[in-house]
Amino acid sequence: MTNNTMEGGQAIIRCLENEGVEYIFGYSGGSVIPIFDALVTTETKIKFVLVRHEQGATHMADGYARATGKPAVVLITSGPGATNTLTGIMTAHMDSVPMIVLSGQSVSWMLGKDAFQEADIFGMTMPVVKHSYLVKETNDIPRIIRESFHIATTGRPGPVLIDVPKDVSAGECTADLHAEMDIPGYKTDYSVDNDTILEIAEALAKSKRPLILAGHGAMISGADDSLKALAEKAQIPVTNTLLGKGVFPETHPLSLGMLGMHGTAYANKAICECDLLLNIGSRFDDRILGKPDLFCKDATIIHIDIDNAEIGKMIQPQIICVADAKTAVDELIQHVPVLETVAWRKHLDGYKAKFPLKFKRQGSLKMQHIIDEFYKLSEGKACVATDVGQHQMWAAQFYKSDSRHNWLSSGGAGTMGFGLPACIGAAFGRPDDLHVCFVGDGGFQMTFFELATAALHKLPIKIVVLNNHYLGMVRQWQELFYEDRTSGVDLEGNPDFVKLAESFGIKGFNLRRPGDVKRVLQNALDYNDGPCLINCEVEKTDNVFPMIPAGAAIEDMLVEPPTRKLEKPTGST
Amino acid sequence: MPNSDKPMHTLSVYVSNKPGALARIAQVFARRGFNIESLVVSPAVDGHFSRMTITCSGNPTGLDQIIKQMMKLVDVLHCIDHTFDKSVVKEMGLIKIAVDSEGRSEALQIAGHYGCKTVDLTPDSMILQVVGNPAKIDALEEMIAKFRIIELVRTGKVVMSRGQNIT
Repeated sequence: MTNNTMEGGQAIIRCLENEGVEYIFGYSGGSVIPIFDALVTTETKIKFVLVRHEQGATHMADGYARATGKPAVVLITSGPGATNTLTGIMTAHMDSVPMIVLSGQSVSWMLGKDAFQEADIFGMTMPVVKHSYLVKETNDIPRIIRESFHIATTGRPGPVLIDVPKDVSAGECTADLHAEMDIPGYKTDYSVDNDTILEIAEALAKSKRPLILAGHGAMISGADDSLKALAEKAQIPVTNTLLGKGVFPETHPLSLGMLGMHGTAYANKAICECDLLLNIGSRFDDRILGKPDLFCKDATIIHIDIDNAEIGKMIQPQIICVADAKTAVDELIQHVPVLETVAWRKHLDGYKAKFPLKFKRQGSLKMQHIIDEFYKLSEGKACVATDVGQHQMWAAQFYKSDSRHNWLSSGGAGTMGFGLPACIGAAFGRPDDLHVCFVGDGGFQMTFFELATAALHKLPIKIVVLNNHYLGMVRQWQELFYEDRTSGVDLEGNPDFVKLAESFGIKGFNLRRPGDVKRVLQNALDYNDGPCLINCEVEKTDNVFPMIPAGAAIEDMLVEPPTRKLEKPTGST
Repeated sequence: MPNSDKPMHTLSVYVSNKPGALARIAQVFARRGFNIESLVVSPAVDGHFSRMTITCSGNPTGLDQIIKQMMKLVDVLHCIDHTFDKSVVKEMGLIKIAVDSEGRSEALQIAGHYGCKTVDLTPDSMILQVVGNPAKIDALEEMIAKFRIIELVRTGKVVMSRGQNIT
């Protein structure tokens, strides 16, 4: 091999360097050895993080991407290595997270012949990627990597899979590493139509009870400052989605916090009573719609989204604006007048006073208490990762987010096992910040093996296991809608999580009594020799409220535990 | 045969000629419960691209979402619904019928009426080639059914916009 040429694997590493990659999360294997070899032979500065399971790698990459806003890279082998990433890729796809997954593959001439560890990962991932490649020629590598990063990070972001047969990664690459892209079908014009902006401004000017719904799209486009300027100038209250937490400060007087199934009562009441809804970058997920036919049915609905396929998918808006959220909001600020919303805001403040989020600090230990105390002790500044279930909803309610990139939660996919590895990924991306993951005992056990990764790298993460020995959210549904017939939700046989942590060399704390919450959490926050775990033995059968049963109208929200028997929900899950 | 409960739609799709493009497009339909009735794929003038004509059945509101989802695919340059425009729509059919010397002249008379070519002839069968709009092929099929149809193969619709309109 001459000086001008390199192996395909080396070309991959060089191209990743050119894209500014800091970390690769992954797991080695037979068909990906040439790329792992290139990590050594190229003497790259890219740091490789060896995880314990490929799903962990994808969630770490996901957490890294959400916490930094930068695309993340996963490197895994063929067959089961590749299929283990499916959940993580789907999670990233549902929540529009930029991720590049490089998978090793059997040699080209064995494809389709059931070779050892051969899986058609290109075909299997098709419904859950933004785009994907099966690399046929070593010289295509530079172009494909460049296209992948461009596709993953522009427009509505998403995961891109690159499947690299072993002969391709071991082959000779003579192509220019700064290859031209060739994706004529990929459109990146997200400019704003001025007439539409004027139309939105006009509709806002006529509105007496306007409401902004801020979603993940606003976050991704970096519209936080613009959104604040818009809301403050026009005096419009703002509610945010689960993934929109932090795009508008939840402690701001104009904020109503999170809406939806377990959102605040006042945000949901605002949705019912507004006469105009300005949706900036939310896809009208079924968790916030209740019954779609009745959602904001008398209000003017304006939908700003970068993805045209989201327009009219769930809700038909009166005014459509397919554009980048920040660009659109910046433009809108120029034209929107100061609105007379004093009466409307007072009305909503009345709801805030009447229906606050609340819990009891006495009696049995509550998840809400722990989250609320952690919020106070950390001054709301932690980067919070959650798993999925009751604790996730309480964390969303009680850990207010005031800045973007500080809320990492699997929204669309609802992937249990996400929390710990996502928190680890975030800690790699932002080593100087405080990182906490709130996880349930169920989800934690799906990926707890990544404690090894956290321990090895001495990551300063606080792992708060909210342990109710139940799959609490399903148990809650069974209690409320299935006459308390619990089925498949009792997690008897949980290990001792503190001993488990200690076996990885991780400091463990137990928390059992409400009176100890502050002290134990403060000890955990003060601990500064790598990760620590706080096992919190919480009330087993607490329920999350407010709650809008799936498929029910928002008006039918349960603010408190119901006294009557409830029908089974009609909506999805 | 097309499902008569749900309207038929004709779409033209212009895509990069890359592996997986067809599978991605097929998934957009399958995921949303649309049945592809016919599909024609061929290279475009520029060989880097392919033309697809897709005929499908399903409810019209779902179709709007399907077109948008197809447009989202990186490989798709454009997708146009030709269901209600006056584009040129053609299809070719090959019909093999069982016919001997006794019925041959009547079969040929029917074939002649529809402008068919006889592309294969044996003592007890013939293959008719018919080109035209799909309704014409349907009509021929009905008329020729008095002879036993051994096999019937249709290409599926191809569509092209008239004048300056793009397909």
